[in-house]
Amino acid sequence: MAATPTTVPTSAGPSRPAPAGYWQRLRGGDEAAYIITFMAAAGILAITAMLVLELYTNSAASRSKFGWNFLFTSTWDPVNDQFGALPFIYGTVVTSFLALIMGIPLGVGAAIFLAELAPPKISDGLTFLIELLAAVPSVIYGLLGVFVLIPILRDIEPSLKAVLGWTPFFTGPFYGVSLFSAGVVLAVMIIPFIISISREVILSVPGDQREAALALGATRWETTWDIVVPYAKKGIMGSIFLALARSLGETMAVTMVVGNDPKIKASLLAPGYSIAAVIANEFTEATGQLYTSALIELGLVLFALTIVINGMARLMIIGADKYK
Amino acid sequence: MTNLHTLRRKTVNVLMLTITGLCTLFAAGTLVYILGYLFVHGATSLTWAFFTKLPTPVGESGGGMANAIVGSGKLLLLASLFGIPIGFLGGVYLAEFGGTTFSYIIRYVTDLLNGVPSIVIGIFAYTLIVLPQKHFSTLAGGLALGVMMIPIAVRSSEEFLRAVPNSLREGAMALGASKAKSILTVVIPAAKNGIMTGIMLNLARVAGETAPLLFTSFGNRYWSSGWDQPISALPVMIFTYAIAPYEDWHKQAWAAGFVLLSLVLTVNIIARAVLSSKKHVAR
Amino acid sequence: MNTPPMDATKPVVGGAVRKLSATDLNFYYGDFQALKNISMEIFANQVTAFIGPSGCGKSTFLRTLNRMNETVRNTRVEGQILLDDVNILEQEVAYVRRRVGMVFQRSNPFPKSIFDNIAYGPRINGTVANRAALREKVEQSLRRAALWDEVKDKLNQSAYGLSGGQQQRLCIARALAVDPEVLLLDEPCSALDPIATAKIEDLIFQLKSSCTIVIVTHNMQQAARVADNTGFFLLGHLIEFDNTAVIFKNPAKKETEDYVTGRFG
Repeated sequence: MAATPTTVPTSAGPSRPAPAGYWQRLRGGDEAAYIITFMAAAGILAITAMLVLELYTNSAASRSKFGWNFLFTSTWDPVNDQFGALPFIYGTVVTSFLALIMGIPLGVGAAIFLAELAPPKISDGLTFLIELLAAVPSVIYGLLGVFVLIPILRDIEPSLKAVLGWTPFFTGPFYGVSLFSAGVVLAVMIIPFIISISREVILSVPGDQREAALALGATRWETTWDIVVPYAKKGIMGSIFLALARSLGETMAVTMVVGNDPKIKASLLAPGYSIAAVIANEFTEATGQLYTSALIELGLVLFALTIVINGMARLMIIGADKYK
Repeated sequence: MTNLHTLRRKTVNVLMLTITGLCTLFAAGTLVYILGYLFVHGATSLTWAFFTKLPTPVGESGGGMANAIVGSGKLLLLASLFGIPIGFLGGVYLAEFGGTTFSYIIRYVTDLLNGVPSIVIGIFAYTLIVLPQKHFSTLAGGLALGVMMIPIAVRSSEEFLRAVPNSLREGAMALGASKAKSILTVVIPAAKNGIMTGIMLNLARVAGETAPLLFTSFGNRYWSSGWDQPISALPVMIFTYAIAPYEDWHKQAWAAGFVLLSLVLTVNIIARAVLSSKKHVAR
Repeated sequence: MNTPPMDATKPVVGGAVRKLSATDLNFYYGDFQALKNISMEIFANQVTAFIGPSGCGKSTFLRTLNRMNETVRNTRVEGQILLDDVNILEQEVAYVRRRVGMVFQRSNPFPKSIFDNIAYGPRINGTVANRAALREKVEQSLRRAALWDEVKDKLNQSAYGLSGGQQQRLCIARALAVDPEVLLLDEPCSALDPIATAKIEDLIFQLKSSCTIVIVTHNMQQAARVADNTGFFLLGHLIEFDNTAVIFKNPAKKETEDYVTGRFG
């Protein structure tokens, strides 16, 4: 390559054939385009790495003081500098679990209806409405939770106790805010996700499977339940895991209805707390480095939890794709 | 023909059709109910004061959320400046220079970031900016929202760029354009509609986020100037007012909820209409 | 253009018993008329083949015989289809489909074990009383489909582990497990190699003593080999329907002659 300095290119582009060397590519902008976009991509990597690093280093005080016991201690006493994550892990898991118990039948049921049993126009219209639900901000769900759901729950609490009061889960005084209320709100929030993904997975089951079943004399429902849904099983499970990951990290709606009580009680009607909710409520009032560091460590725990669940979800949905 | 067994199967068929239909009605009905309730309680509480006045001292009625509306605007602006270029360019990298192990890693990490709960991202922005500066700021809030915008921007940009057929790229390069030029002058314009819509949807989602702002931009009952002061935001006001014991504040929370939801849903509906009707690849 | 109108009350001459018949059958996909005035008879324990170029309506007509066309939206049927002299269009569709079974062009086993694939039909139709009877039915169906010896040791394995030809015989066994009186085969060998095809053609010979077979094929030699009667379709019309020997050696219509001699595809 001749060591001649390049001339400034005219805006009309090179008017003489130039060797396709480094400078040519640079003039064409290719090198620059690659570098700029590469830096952006690398930036994303850097930001994520920084996020993990910051979480880790800023929770150092709490981690070094409590070690792994942090996860198993149920005392949360800021006054005496005693911090344990168990009540929040309990509340997070219980509310998400409740949300799944209520949300899966409704969500998968609706997905089956929309994908298999409903006429196409109705299916498209209703799906559109339901997918809009996924766009509703969490704080709006919280607003309705506080002013609409809790009064309703207060009204039906006696009947609830009458039916389920023999279990330890539905005993004790009920003030409206509770793990159960949070579970109900979360259920409504995750249903659109379950429906949206499950519906797509069910729609992608090959038509010849349905035909084979129908030709054997199966009814629509038998075809759907015996043949189509099992075929789509993996993808449906994936959608459930995704919904779980979402509900674990859900903050505002839960904060507004869960009761904010860092205790572990058997009854679902008692107030409780979740990891995201305690961070939201107490972060700005945390005095002292240990307090803040404990809250940040809670953030680290939540981060790890959602990473694992999301990872499992993606494995399942990718596995479902491979079937095709 | 119609023996007991067949009758049972037919009954089950109809029963399950009804049950699953009811599930669907419940899901779809929830949206209608939410919208209706917000409309009734929110629209009726909307006053001109809501849009023009600052919040009044606790206990006094008649305040508004003018500063929160402006505040949300400022935060979104900052978030866009930070999140969209990185996200978009990252998407360009994956779509146009992808196929390598590095791009596989980037895609994985982007998905990871997407799954991080918004409150944890708030913690990140806190440790990065609020802690060293020792005060809450618009900058911190904007950064938190910007980080949330990145994964979605990457995904949607990449998807729409990939949807542009290779024949367009080849056509441009056959005419002498370099790869960069073909991307800039042909591929990106072809994907323009999809990318713009993706940005709108991204903004709509982030506009409703509350958790990451709670200890970054924090809130402000007055006007906020510059980027270094705490600032009010619409979703945070909804939260604060809803859990407070004042009736007037509840009304304002409804009004704010109505405004926020209307904006978010309108953008979503328009975006979907654009994406499904027009082909988002220009020919 | 069609066979002379039939008298539904008279049994047909020559000792053959009428099993299925169509009378003035018209079929529409939306506004498009795919079948025009089809009238014909299918005789019990015989093999009837439908031949014709692509798009002539032979598969469409086959699918009206077990009402599978109803699974497509926007379709309309006019006319009658009689099974043992009762109109199937007025009967319970699941009942019809149990009596008139179907095997499809590409094998479509369920993602279940071989046993569960065969057992599915009897299970949902409630035609077997207990587990022992179910096992017997599965074995009987697999024997009828000439597949028992090849799979008897791996009944619990996935059906997807079988070869293409075996899977198609599995689908035949699955259809046989509900004891259909008529078996409809929609180009069953088009995705198979010659050896597998030969096995299935042998199977058709064996099955016709217990079943009435209707087969759609684009392979004229196959029709000549297996069918007792053959119908030639063209553009939605049934041009000619007669003994296979007559159709191939001495057709009455020019269109038939042009097709079987290969003047057009």
